[in-house]
Amino acid sequence: MIALADHSSLAAGSSPPSDAVRRGRLRRRAAVLPGFGASAAITSLVVLALIVFPLTVLVLRAASLGPAGFLAAAWTPRARAAYAVSLGASLIAAVISSLLGLVVAWVLARVRFPGRRLIDALVDVPLALPTAVAGLVYSSLYVKKGWLGQWLVPLGINGAYSYLGIVLVLVFVSLPFAIRVVQPVIESLDRDTEEAARILGASRLQTFLRVVLPGILPAVVTGFALSLARALGEYGSVVFISGNMPFKTEIAPVLIVARLEEFAYAEATTVAVLLLAMSLTLLVVVNTLQQRLARNAQ
Amino acid sequence: MVAHATPKSNESKPIAALLVAAAVAIVGILIVVPLVSVFYEAFSRGVGGWWAALADDPDTRHAIWLSLTVAPVAVAINTVFGVAAAWLVARFRFPGRSLLISLFDVPFSVSPVVAGLALVLIFGRQGLLGPTLAWLDWKVIFSWPGLVLATTFVTLPLVVRELIPVMEAIGPEEEMAAVSLGASGWQVFTRVTLPNIRWALLHGIVLANARAMGEFGAVYVVSGHIAGATDTMPLRVEKLFQEYRQPASMAVASVLAGLALVTLVAKFVIERRLEAESRDLEAARGLENTRLEATRP
Repeated sequence: MIALADHSSLAAGSSPPSDAVRRGRLRRRAAVLPGFGASAAITSLVVLALIVFPLTVLVLRAASLGPAGFLAAAWTPRARAAYAVSLGASLIAAVISSLLGLVVAWVLARVRFPGRRLIDALVDVPLALPTAVAGLVYSSLYVKKGWLGQWLVPLGINGAYSYLGIVLVLVFVSLPFAIRVVQPVIESLDRDTEEAARILGASRLQTFLRVVLPGILPAVVTGFALSLARALGEYGSVVFISGNMPFKTEIAPVLIVARLEEFAYAEATTVAVLLLAMSLTLLVVVNTLQQRLARNAQ
Repeated sequence: MVAHATPKSNESKPIAALLVAAAVAIVGILIVVPLVSVFYEAFSRGVGGWWAALADDPDTRHAIWLSLTVAPVAVAINTVFGVAAAWLVARFRFPGRSLLISLFDVPFSVSPVVAGLALVLIFGRQGLLGPTLAWLDWKVIFSWPGLVLATTFVTLPLVVRELIPVMEAIGPEEEMAAVSLGASGWQVFTRVTLPNIRWALLHGIVLANARAMGEFGAVYVVSGHIAGATDTMPLRVEKLFQEYRQPASMAVASVLAGLALVTLVAKFVIERRLEAESRDLEAARGLENTRLEATRP
């Protein structure tokens, strides 16, 4: 992800080598360039105050309930249902995003057609469009009188105020992640190998499964994990479209807000800690995958 | 985007056409139709109706004003933090550096609702600092400072993540040369570093601003959503939606959607500048290398 070039060679001339070797070659840069103290102070102040402190308080608050209290608050039937909806809808959405994303990424990387640049630019819209706007519009599109709902609702497909609605908006918010991770990898694929496979008699499907897929699979998996992480934490768009029915269409973040509004801090906090644990686990997974991806690229 | 020659297509014509149709359908149904429908619904009663929905409602006017005051402060904090953090991480090596870089990413993976709740647990009336704040008569939660804190949290990675790779790529040589010639720290920053990173910085600021104006979950939790007091534009969209005032809700949404489109255009323009500069950098590197080759005996 972040490739580090070695720039320390220039600094070597300005300090005595024996001393420099003892202090470690990388510390020498600190001696040359100013601003270590100031930038370290600002950075650690913001990171500690805004990230470390609040999340620590959250975890400690949940831990203060004790194991039994934690379980009682975090594992209620309504909370279990919310985890199931959150995980289930996010997994389905991440799978759909990965599949649709693969098609779009493939077309953008491989096929030249009029309007390609426009489609490429439009892929970023879900990243810039506020989630509240997405939720509002999706719910208005899929109700009975909506542009799409007028065709779908008579067929029994309810895209608004339903589980399907949650999946729809989650696909919308996670689609750019699935596309943008895979697209550059497809662009960098060696096409000669594919041609060789075809010349040697492999069918189109065989070429895709045996030659192309192994090359892009790490990227697809990374895109899937990013989509899943994005979908699990999403709140703004889901709240408009899901109907937020406990046990049916209530996701974990909505439950947190509902509990908070009832001043049920213990329930809100424990559910939040479980959600946080899932998010941080996914962050570690994504980072590991991306490092592997960067190594493959080299 | 990396420029490359038009590749000869391995795909047969019908398969390629089918794939293009599928991609256009995916992007069309999931992205274009919703985008068009926001503006269509917002202007369904004409420009006059759209304007009236925004300007005649004092609560909506206040929400627009509040968003315009919260987002710039959050973006300003992010800019200072982003530059300082990128300088620290790209120019120095110290123990805990990689842990710090991973911490920068945490706000992206934490649900905004969880972040909002954590702030309530600190600054709320029942929170850790609640009694102290009550004694000082300061209000953070259900008030402007809480909105700024929540917005800053969710946008925190955006500027620093843009700057780190660019600063790593440029390297510290020019800055070290400036120092050896006697420049002060501030001079090095304003005359050498800033001109080098300005497009990346602008890129980060544009993205952070878009996210700050549109943030919903974290702000929802800390705001208490009081109309005319702590409702930002996205919260106003939701409030109007709950009150079954769909056209007014769509009007506010259309302003946010317009802002998103402006952001994407700005992002596109800035990315072209960034690419041009990184090409220049590579060309300069190449030239330097050939010169070194030439001077070698």
